[in-house]
Amino acid sequence: MSKPRDVLLDPLFNKNPIGLQILGICSALAVTSKLETVVVMALAVIFVISGSNVSVSLIRNQVPSSIRIIVEITIIATLVIIVDQFLKAYAFGISKQLSVFVGLIITNCIVLGRAEAFAMKNPPGLSFLDGVGNGLGYSIVLLIVAFFRELLGAGKLLGFTILPSTNEGGWYLPNGLMLLPPSAFFIIGLLIWALRSWKTDQIEEEN
Amino acid sequence: MKALRNLLDKLHPHFTKGGKYERLYPLYEAADSFIYTPGEVTDGAPHVRDAMDLKRVMITVVFALLPCFFMAMWNTGYQANSAMQFSGGSVEGWRGWLLALLGFGGDPNSLVDNLLLGAAWFVPIYLVTNVVGGLWEALFCIVRRHELNEGFLVTGSLFPLICPPTLPLWQVALGISFGVVIGKEIFGGTGKNFLNPALTGRAFLFFAYPAQISGDRVWTAVDGVSGATALAHAAEGGLQAVMAVTSWFDAFIGVIPGSMGETSTLACLFGAAVLVLSGVGAWRIMISGLIGAVGLSTLFVLVGSTTNPMFEIGPLWHLVLGGFAFGLIFMATDPVSGAMTEEGQWLYGLLISTMCILIRVVNPAFPEGMMLAILFGNVFAPVIDQMVLKHHIKRRLRHVQG
Repeated sequence: MSKPRDVLLDPLFNKNPIGLQILGICSALAVTSKLETVVVMALAVIFVISGSNVSVSLIRNQVPSSIRIIVEITIIATLVIIVDQFLKAYAFGISKQLSVFVGLIITNCIVLGRAEAFAMKNPPGLSFLDGVGNGLGYSIVLLIVAFFRELLGAGKLLGFTILPSTNEGGWYLPNGLMLLPPSAFFIIGLLIWALRSWKTDQIEEEN
Repeated sequence: MKALRNLLDKLHPHFTKGGKYERLYPLYEAADSFIYTPGEVTDGAPHVRDAMDLKRVMITVVFALLPCFFMAMWNTGYQANSAMQFSGGSVEGWRGWLLALLGFGGDPNSLVDNLLLGAAWFVPIYLVTNVVGGLWEALFCIVRRHELNEGFLVTGSLFPLICPPTLPLWQVALGISFGVVIGKEIFGGTGKNFLNPALTGRAFLFFAYPAQISGDRVWTAVDGVSGATALAHAAEGGLQAVMAVTSWFDAFIGVIPGSMGETSTLACLFGAAVLVLSGVGAWRIMISGLIGAVGLSTLFVLVGSTTNPMFEIGPLWHLVLGGFAFGLIFMATDPVSGAMTEEGQWLYGLLISTMCILIRVVNPAFPEGMMLAILFGNVFAPVIDQMVLKHHIKRRLRHVQG
């Protein structure tokens, strides 16, 4: 049985869902051009993963193995719809910017991956911590990517001007590539490089 | 020369194992082998001993590029001098000061004036490219304890030639850094890159700072003068618009606005001759590229279009406009990022040239398509080679089993 502390903190750097398992890349490319949307997206994903982990864990002994994926997806979809409706009601502007990507949390491999790999085998308390931990691991990467993309691409952070851009009379010439989704690939790649230089046990063996 | 050899020999112990500057051995080795032929000779049975080593390959490419360098400087100067004579204006800043010192007259008919002004724009870009790119190269070699090699000489020569003359120097530095680090070093350095580093750097700049590397204002090195490339004219108004700004012969010689080294098809053809005769460049890629471009653009002319003026640009024009010739001869034939198998090279050349014509004609967002087409071809090169090899193995297996 793993320690609660490790379950919560391992996904941050040691077993980061994006950095090590390369999951959840789609939304990491799509929503990271601004920090603001990323913060909302991160909270939404943390809520969905921890919620689905707890729910799946609670009924893990009752669900027949042959239909477990259907049950898991139903739970995840329910949670995502709750988040989606909540955002539409209380943060309509952000909800519009995130557009389909809130709905697409259903297809985020991290959520189903944790439900299958962890929640089906562990008690609810631990599963909750695992969900929060993986949500945070995902969030950290997204925040770093969005930090660089918004800063270099628009000269701003959370909408506040940090580097005054030439369009507004400043000196900084915004890097247009950073506003395009492929730039997230480069940044995630460099992040993984940095992570694996720091924690060398994550380097895959050549075959 | 003897003194230089003695100096290098005296320094040698400091850089070998146990010496004071052991970590810097790659730098010493690079300086030594740049000046002298390496003393080590391959021995042992399975090696082919050939004078055609990496160094000779790379130097041959640089030599093949010399006419392009010349045309890059002359045409940059010519375009700027003509623009200044036509619309006034003068060379500003340190360039003006330096040129005045050298007795610069600003006459577009003077060979020397054109070369001087062109050099004033080209040389800074060339220097920044090689200093910044060379530093990255050296850094990675020292950290990885590899030997520095001549591979970067080619990237460092190609990159400035595909820049517009007015590209800000900090963007040159950024572009070549991206090209060398992301395009080459993270995959393991020379020989392991799957993309052409010079084009990777240019593509980065193209998407990051489009205002400084595309459009109408960047091709002539005079403030405020706009001069669209011939391809941009073609996208606007078809054949008539191109004929209004240049004749086919001028475009062939390279007297048109464009990235500095790419405008002259004539200079590229010289390079092609050198590369093919010396066996350095793959002639199959050049020929199949030619066939693909001529074939597809002929097809477009025959089909015709009432809404898209690019359809009426014939094959003869496509070959001399934009970066087609330069890209096909010097970049598509890159032995590392291109296809290696003989059959694969035919396919690879066809893929690049048809993709280039497709982008030029059908995609309204980009008047020029060679850069993206070559990068696209680079990505597919390993798949093409894989297919060819699989086919070979299958064919021969039949003999074994039969």
